[in-house]
Amino acid sequence: MAVESGQRHESTRPGRGESGWQSLVSDWAADRATFRNVSWGKAMMWIFLLSDTFVFTLLLVGYMAVRLTTPLAWPDTSEVFALTVLGHEFPLLLIAIMTFILITSSGTMAMAVNFGYRKNRRMAALFLLLTALLGATFVGLQVYEWTDLIGKGVRPWENPMGAPQFGAAFFMITGFHGLHVSIGVLYLLIVAIKVLKGHYDRSGDYEPVEVAGLYWHFVDLVWVFIFAFFYLL
Amino acid sequence: MAYSASADSHAHHEPQSFVRKYIWSQDHKVIAIQYAVTAIGVGLVALVLSGLMRIQLGFPDSGLIDAEAYYQFMTMHGMIMVVYLLTALFLGGFGNYLIPLMVGARDMVFPYLNMLSYWFYLLSVLVLMASFFVPDGPTGAGWTLYPPQAITGGTPGADWGILTMLVSLAIFIVAATMGGLNYVVTVLQARAPGMTLMRMPLTVWGIFVAAIMALLAFPALFVAAVMMILDSTLGTSFFMPAIIAMGQQMDHEGGSPLLFQHLFWFFGHPEVYIVALPAFGLVSDLISTHARKNIFGYHMMVWAIVIIGFLSFFVWAHHMYVSGMNLSFGYFFAISTLIIAVPTAIKVYNWVLTLWKGDIHFTVPMLFAIGFIVTFIVGGLTGLFLGNVVVDIPLADTYFVVAHFHMVMGVAPILVVFGAIYHWYPKVTGRMMDERLGHIHFWITFLGTYAIYFPMHYLGVLGMPRRYYDYDYDFIPQSAHDLNTFITVVALAVGVAQVLFLWNMAWSAVRGRSSGGNPWNATSLEWQTPETPPGHGNWGPELPEVHRWAYDYNVPGAPQDFIPQTEPRPTSAPGHGHREDAT
Repeated sequence: MAVESGQRHESTRPGRGESGWQSLVSDWAADRATFRNVSWGKAMMWIFLLSDTFVFTLLLVGYMAVRLTTPLAWPDTSEVFALTVLGHEFPLLLIAIMTFILITSSGTMAMAVNFGYRKNRRMAALFLLLTALLGATFVGLQVYEWTDLIGKGVRPWENPMGAPQFGAAFFMITGFHGLHVSIGVLYLLIVAIKVLKGHYDRSGDYEPVEVAGLYWHFVDLVWVFIFAFFYLL
Repeated sequence: MAYSASADSHAHHEPQSFVRKYIWSQDHKVIAIQYAVTAIGVGLVALVLSGLMRIQLGFPDSGLIDAEAYYQFMTMHGMIMVVYLLTALFLGGFGNYLIPLMVGARDMVFPYLNMLSYWFYLLSVLVLMASFFVPDGPTGAGWTLYPPQAITGGTPGADWGILTMLVSLAIFIVAATMGGLNYVVTVLQARAPGMTLMRMPLTVWGIFVAAIMALLAFPALFVAAVMMILDSTLGTSFFMPAIIAMGQQMDHEGGSPLLFQHLFWFFGHPEVYIVALPAFGLVSDLISTHARKNIFGYHMMVWAIVIIGFLSFFVWAHHMYVSGMNLSFGYFFAISTLIIAVPTAIKVYNWVLTLWKGDIHFTVPMLFAIGFIVTFIVGGLTGLFLGNVVVDIPLADTYFVVAHFHMVMGVAPILVVFGAIYHWYPKVTGRMMDERLGHIHFWITFLGTYAIYFPMHYLGVLGMPRRYYDYDYDFIPQSAHDLNTFITVVALAVGVAQVLFLWNMAWSAVRGRSSGGNPWNATSLEWQTPETPPGHGNWGPELPEVHRWAYDYNVPGAPQDFIPQTEPRPTSAPGHGHREDAT
């Protein structure tokens, strides 16, 4: 939507039809809003996620630093996180399933955003609930993983397989990520209820679904990095 | 789009009850005052603590406080001044009040979040103050909270004190994040018609870049705080190596104390500029307004702010030259540190060139602004000493460092705070502060600063270590003891003199001369509001329209010596004596 009442003043917003650098420059040279069609909520979510990126990056950097300084052996993650199915040990199987579920939930989230913009209330709500369900499943599997590791004697302060920092970093990083997923599930449920009640039909704008989607995709992306740096390395 | 509708809808929902209007308020102006009053209140606590420390240093035989209390007061003084006073006052106080008014918005974009930001900040202050009442009192680890000693027995407050400190910091970071998101989005997405980024006053630029930096730097402190909380409560070993304390093997092994220092200073150095950049912005506007001259090199000033903000993320380890870090890191960090001096020097030259041939009015805000320039140059020059590894190593942990950072990031920003309060007080209350009391306050504070901190440079070069409770050693000559006594006497006098300022603020709110809407004949938007103090929604029925930058002072041919930003440009007037690229 164009900015209303633009004719009231000398508009510093140049016309469309320009491309690349020109359009970038005219966005930043404009009055009122730098990002033309971006709502306040969406801009805030992007900037918040940038800040949160620093939190997760520094958590991972902290984990790598203590992994380098600890004199004790680091456990072999593919053994620790192996799952025994029908008498066979599959390395990292549980984590693979969890990763698959979370990435699938990103797909269903994208579908929810798509149906939202088509103003398909029922399908948008359905896919939002499906995404929340997949997220809750992920948290459930994480609870299983934690229970499994605690059963093996891993604690934040000690670890029978070697460096105590393994337990500390594991519980801190997966805990912090799991907290993000749990908050995300609640967030998606709230948005789903609002969709079902027709809130966004009345306001005429399904953008809050997309903003929730930004958060959800971010949480998934962070998991990919945790998977790569904590479980694979 | 939703822009105009949501921007204007706030105007119609003015809360009526006292509680909604002044306590659970979502109005950025009320929240700004809440932030400022809380910050100044907690700052006074830190001021009293510094007085108690100075009494110990100047009169070691007085026995007023013991060694433990000395370390606790030192820690609390540093943390309160840097985080809970300066950061909160510049971003939460000045940022909240001035951003919407200066960019022409009705309020912050998320008023509810803004309100939450203040209440989280207040909670963090209360938790911090609570640490005075926990068993063993507040932490005495020094404001940098370095482990292992911060959580090792023998350090005061190693159990409860450090925990309340870390929890309070975590809450503060949540508050700063909520506030920061508001400031950044408001500047980017909620400006008035005609207000381009390059027409914004430098105050907004300084606070805007500082808010972005806060969003990126505070995560490091947050992560460090979480890890240290885990180390001290759950017994993890992020920062704790195998260690014998008080003759006992502690239950830790394999952690990295250096990791904490890296995390802390990755926050800590940008933090210096989170405090300094708003001060740079505010002082630019004070100088331009009271010298009745456009700011020299506006574009350079903006880019210098942005570049300083960017570079400040790559210099953190210059705080760690003596901490056992790989020596070749020092080479990199010394160079990046010295490079920051370039944009900073550009700013100083531009302030001086703004004064050059200006119509300088020696009002109280202008005195404080000039005081800032001088103090900042002195503090900045000693920064060049400490940025170099070979000079820093002998000077590290001496009073030279104490003198340096108090000059450059303690007193210099505080002078701006004073100047800015004298400058914007009429907009907040509709009354002028007393000029004569202001002059007395300025001269005592400014001269006192130099009497306090100049001798400290000398003490540092003499080799007097910082953070000592008592200097009863042979290598400390009698002259140093005498100087310490002198510094203490001056510091107490300057501390007490701040009562003048508080009295002036309180008295002027009731009895001050009525100021009118624009007592300084300033150009920027906040002085053009229909009401003073500005009403709910700031602008009445219509948003202001902006037609020019904020620095049209003494434009040749203009009827007055200033042209407000809202004044339309004559259609056939090429050349206004200034350059504007955007239009």
